Amino acid sequence: MKFQSEYRDPVAAQKLLQAIARTATRPWTIMEVCGGQTHTIVKYGIDELLPPQVELVHGPGCPVCVTPLELIDQAIAIAARPDVIFCSFGDMLRVPGSRTDLFATKAAGGDVRIVYSPLDCLAIAEKNPEKTIVFFAVGFETTAPANAMAVWQAKRRGIENFAVLVSHVLVPPAMTAILSSPTNRVQGFLGAGHVCSVVGYEEYEPLAQRFQIPIVVTGFEPLDLLEGIYRCVRMLEAGRIGVDNQYARAVQRSGNPGAMQLINDVFETTDRKWRGIGVIPASGFRLRPEYQAYDAQRRFQVHQLQVLESDECISGVILQGVKKPKECPAFGKTCTPEHPLGATMVSSEGACAAYYNYGRYRSSQTTNV
Amino acid sequence: MCLGIPGKVIETYREHDMLMGKVDFGGVFKRICLEHTPSAEPGQYVIVHVGFSLQVIDEAEAQLVFSFLKEMDELGELETPEP
Repeated sequence: MKFQSEYRDPVAAQKLLQAIARTATRPWTIMEVCGGQTHTIVKYGIDELLPPQVELVHGPGCPVCVTPLELIDQAIAIAARPDVIFCSFGDMLRVPGSRTDLFATKAAGGDVRIVYSPLDCLAIAEKNPEKTIVFFAVGFETTAPANAMAVWQAKRRGIENFAVLVSHVLVPPAMTAILSSPTNRVQGFLGAGHVCSVVGYEEYEPLAQRFQIPIVVTGFEPLDLLEGIYRCVRMLEAGRIGVDNQYARAVQRSGNPGAMQLINDVFETTDRKWRGIGVIPASGFRLRPEYQAYDAQRRFQVHQLQVLESDECISGVILQGVKKPKECPAFGKTCTPEHPLGATMVSSEGACAAYYNYGRYRSSQTTNV
Repeated sequence: MCLGIPGKVIETYREHDMLMGKVDFGGVFKRICLEHTPSAEPGQYVIVHVGFSLQVIDEAEAQLVFSFLKEMDELGELETPEP
């Protein structure tokens, strides 16, 4: 039993599970949006410990997974140029593009570097004035302050050999898209704790009212998740709508106003394409006009690349919570973390990789025998 | 990249007009931008996302979160060397 060996406080976990089972009188479907939460849920088997009437579905909260193929292909095209040093967070290097990935581009001679912080790119730019340093600015609201600061600093310090390939995405519009879909089954959400530590949760309040649902801002440790699920089930059973904050020790309603100010100085909202889902209105950031000199897409004219998506990968419906990884015919067979067909198998925050890494593929294989 | 990692502020300084700090993540030291937690002082703990501190938290919470992230094998980004 996972409880005894792996939970920090198995007694508290057991009590929360019993409370959830006692409280849930009918079937409820709850979505966790954050890929870090998905990772915890699958590693600790939380979804399998819940009573059968409470189903967890995994959302699109993995920035690596939802970065569209066009952006991956553009990154690869830019990284292959001899006049470029291409910098990225490590998670992006193995994401499959149409034909190759950034790791292969590096192996073929492209100068591709993994950085810890986007500010490191400015140091690289100052040391390499003959090259253009391009940073792959991906992520949700959590990485936006850092990426905004790098661009703001570059302009302030007159660093001209620096540009960003922006693929920022935002959580609330994705929740709106999921809730608006005719195939939606989600009745309550666990909000992403660390995203809310930046942006707060005021924006979630009108969303909860509009769709008449509960949203519980939740942390990412097992007990946080169990408590978040319990609070969400309680609200569902009572017919209560609105936003509850399970993660008050790290999240305030207004988030981090200084970080938000910087984000708004550098970025503006734009429609964004999400891999596997399509275009979601006003769901991402792009550079404001006064920062367009730092836009790598404009600088390198990579808009027109033709893309070729795998026809085997069903990550789009997995990212919307419509299907689980084990329902994909390629899962664990032609698609594994070593040879991923789609981004959900690349990142530790992707649902497919989490299922595979924690042995969930075995049961799917036995059902096929 | 979405999970913030807690660390202890060792010293603070200004660089390029930004508040910066040396932060200790369980024995790994990193240069961190503290601009968004201007009240952070040496001895306090901050939650850091990709080199940027976004919250001050208490020590007990920091220890819990750090050990959990270690258990989850989510500390890999700290191994990235500085340029």
